[in-house]
Amino acid sequence: MRRSLTMLLIGFVLSFMAMQGVTAGSRDIIFATTTSTQDTGLLDELIPIFEKKTGYRVKTIAVGSGQAMAMGERGEADVLLVHSPEAEEKFMKRGFGVNRLIVMHNDFVIIGPANDPAGIRSMKKAGDAFKKIAATKSLFISRGDKSGTHVKEQKLWKEAGVDPERQTWYQQTGLGMGQSIAVANEKLGYTLSDRATYLSLKGKIDLVILSGGDRSLLNIYHVIQVNPKKFSGVNAAGAKAFSNFLVAPLTQKMIGAFGAKKYGAALFFPDAKTPPTPLGGGPLMEH
Amino acid sequence: MDLILDGIIEAFRLIVTGDPEVIDITLLSLRISGSATLISTCIGVSAGTAVALTRFPGRRFLISVINTGMGLPPVVVGLFVTIFIWRSGPLGSLGLLYTPAAMVIAQTVIAAPIITGVTLAAMQRLPGKLRLQILALGATRRQMVWLLMTEARLPLLTAVMAGFGGVISEIGASIMVGGNIKGYTRVLTTATVMETGRGNFAVAIALGVILLILAFTVNYILTAVQQGRGK
Repeated sequence: MRRSLTMLLIGFVLSFMAMQGVTAGSRDIIFATTTSTQDTGLLDELIPIFEKKTGYRVKTIAVGSGQAMAMGERGEADVLLVHSPEAEEKFMKRGFGVNRLIVMHNDFVIIGPANDPAGIRSMKKAGDAFKKIAATKSLFISRGDKSGTHVKEQKLWKEAGVDPERQTWYQQTGLGMGQSIAVANEKLGYTLSDRATYLSLKGKIDLVILSGGDRSLLNIYHVIQVNPKKFSGVNAAGAKAFSNFLVAPLTQKMIGAFGAKKYGAALFFPDAKTPPTPLGGGPLMEH
Repeated sequence: MDLILDGIIEAFRLIVTGDPEVIDITLLSLRISGSATLISTCIGVSAGTAVALTRFPGRRFLISVINTGMGLPPVVVGLFVTIFIWRSGPLGSLGLLYTPAAMVIAQTVIAAPIITGVTLAAMQRLPGKLRLQILALGATRRQMVWLLMTEARLPLLTAVMAGFGGVISEIGASIMVGGNIKGYTRVLTTATVMETGRGNFAVAIALGVILLILAFTVNYILTAVQQGRGK
């Protein structure tokens, strides 16, 4: 009895491994990216096209930019799409990535309840708006997950000369952008969001854009291939193909058109050809 | 309130119209959690029976370990399985991370102690003299174990249900080792979280309702078997 069970078990494990042997390998690309690109649905539109064209299977892991780069530093991902420029530069300098290419941009916006208890509406400078939120001790919901958005937010606090950590009005969710906006919406707090995720949720939440358009709120996405010389397991060819796909003219056109119909405004602005003029082409203050 | 109603209507719309993506997600959930439960049953029932029927030093300690394992937090399991199977981990060469197989492994680690623990309790609750009686009737050791298992089949089915219930509704480990990849490792629980993040609350509720229906159906079938045979 026990022996037959053991045999059954071994058979199971072997069959799974066999299944693995067929499916895994050089046809798989592990693609670590930010939650904003998944939450907006952009990837669902782009990736099937790439897979069909090339035969690769893209395994999209949607995490914050910080975690995506941490995966890259361990060679656990093949290619990254991230939006945390300073951290990216560090990542490149330490030799973990190759061929960093600009893909697209949009901008960050400060969103909050329509009655705006902190009174930041239409403030030009993001740092000033943050200062005012701190001064009025208005609830602020932070990602708190080392994502690109969180890093940008920390930078803005620094600009404002405020240390929000451990303040009662400052709460960290540790969740993705969509979920963090949902939390802010429930608690009627302020939060920093990329415009794309905000627009994709706009119809379902009460929060509105209160401040945006500041130069410092530019949000740029880069694609980085993980350095295959550092990690032998990395799928270098697949990463390169995917990276090329993201900056190809046709894909760039699709990125520019994405969401325009559904949300009334483009969510991302393609940049592969022309480097971004600050907030160029972007709707700066639309409510 | 509207939202809940919308969600339930959406759920039925998705089920009735047979939305291919939802069907795929549902089947995948069933396949992964079903495989994990099956493997866990093999491990759990044999291990539980073995521990119940034998006496050895350290047995009490082992039972405590099993009972603790029944409450293993899925995220902790997910974390350790990830560390083992990622590219730089000891089993990295198998390329298991972000595959359904990885999810089966993680879910097996979660379900096996549950099934072992319930089996152990069930086998120990059998009257002690039953064993002697069976042996006295000339049964071999193997036949004796088999008879005891058949005797305990009702609680053993409970063990299977508990294991299945634990893994089909689990999310922490599934999202860590599976990665919620569309059409490949996206299961009902991870899809629900993602749709919530996207603000598609109706779809999220729909997926939740489907998950409940699925769990109920499987348990109903097992209960029918359990109660039917019990008569």
